Amino acid sequence: MHIDVGTVLRGTVCDLYSNLVTRPTGAAVRTAIERQVTEIGAPVVTTIDFSQVNLLDFSCADEIVAKLLLRYTSDGGPQGFLTFRGIHDGHIDPIETVLERHALALVSWHEGEAELFGYVDDHERDHWIVVRDEGPVTAEAVAQRLGVAMAFAEEQLERLFRRRLVMRRDDGYAVPGVVHGSAGPLPGNGQGVQ
Amino acid sequence: MTTVISVPPSLDEHTFEHVIEQLANTPEGSKILLDARHARWASPYGLTALLCVAQSRSERIGFAVPEHPDTVSYWSRTGFFRHAAELYDLHGSVPRSREAHESDVLLEITPITKSDDVHGVVGRIQQKAADILHGQLNLETAVTGSFGMALSESCQNIVEHAGLGGWVAVQTYKYTRRLGRRVVVIAVCDAGVGFRKSLESSPGHRQKDRWDDAMALEDAVLRAVSRFRHGDAGRGQGLAGIRRFVGRWHGKLTVRSGTARIGIVPEWDEDMPMTEGLPYFPGAQMQIIIPERVGEAPARTRSSATSATSARGRSRF
Repeated sequence: MHIDVGTVLRGTVCDLYSNLVTRPTGAAVRTAIERQVTEIGAPVVTTIDFSQVNLLDFSCADEIVAKLLLRYTSDGGPQGFLTFRGIHDGHIDPIETVLERHALALVSWHEGEAELFGYVDDHERDHWIVVRDEGPVTAEAVAQRLGVAMAFAEEQLERLFRRRLVMRRDDGYAVPGVVHGSAGPLPGNGQGVQ
Repeated sequence: MTTVISVPPSLDEHTFEHVIEQLANTPEGSKILLDARHARWASPYGLTALLCVAQSRSERIGFAVPEHPDTVSYWSRTGFFRHAAELYDLHGSVPRSREAHESDVLLEITPITKSDDVHGVVGRIQQKAADILHGQLNLETAVTGSFGMALSESCQNIVEHAGLGGWVAVQTYKYTRRLGRRVVVIAVCDAGVGFRKSLESSPGHRQKDRWDDAMALEDAVLRAVSRFRHGDAGRGQGLAGIRRFVGRWHGKLTVRSGTARIGIVPEWDEDMPMTEGLPYFPGAQMQIIIPERVGEAPARTRSSATSATSARGRSRF
């Protein structure tokens, strides 16, 4: 499922706005996004697209990005995974600031490659990069690749899974948004983005 | 009897203190005339703060307009008299108001009372700000987004905390005395409840042994405390973001509230980081100064959380 935040902003708050500023605006946009997700019934991966958003301030980053992620990672939150795309350089500072404030992290797609933003420790990051570069990949393969104990790799991957930063699949772990073995056209490094 | 309060010839955040001192010595209910006849120059802070003076008193104040035609013309182009006419009894000749077309007035004095006003301000200023920040101040293009964020967050402070409408103005000019370079200045002033009372209204507020305007400013500006923080950990990031923006671009941030004034002071300025015991003035008065860049671009602080090879994002683990 793909949600264009710029379209939601203009459809929900004001059709003249292209800037995501002020907390009431952020709250209105988040509520509209949650409604869309609820109506469709939480798909496996929901992509929040910021490419049509010019300016994003801290208040909107907190209301939209942080609060959606908090909802998804909370007990009893929606099933599935959130990914982001269209995050340009001007969005990064407010997004990283709110992620750090809440100890959150997110997966974003940029020019066909997955990126990890926010609050992660070195072990989480190292394991996530292996999954991104080699996934779907088993915990055993990740452990071998990083030269760590299998139990340690499993623990890290499960932490990443609980944080919705990797998906569990029959054949191992993968970054949300990656389609492997698809017959359709795939952008970027042979990886598709939903 | 009318108390005459003199407006200094050059009105900025420092000289405005003379206005406040005189005002603080004038009992509530007194008849007041603000005498700006000899004023020659005013910063955006000075002009927006002058509007707050009228809002700070229950009785309507008289205002003697500047005598020099250049001054009155410039103040007019900033939109000052359009708003002053609604708040003061004006004495003197004022030109008919017109739109500001001056390249140095990025944003004429604009009232902020609700969230829509913030959208309007940010939307209106964007292209012009980009041209000036990048073209005249020689800053990286990335500054434009951060500038918009700082403007948005500073204006939202009025909407969310002041309890009374305030004012914003943005100008660029050559800051000859202290810096010798061009600067862009954002002034956001209100005469509302101020930081101390705003924080006291939080359900999570606990009175400390020492609690005053200076402590409230330190909490809000340095420790990102917000009255909404109780139950919402995401609040209070606006001022922290402004502080980071100012630091990255070697700028200066000052916030005055009540009887104290806090400053994030760059190497090119000699202002005090904290001034206490000032004469009381209600609300909050904020000024952000971003100077023209000379020499090399500042080192880019962003590196990615994903890998050492990527250039997006910053690592902070």
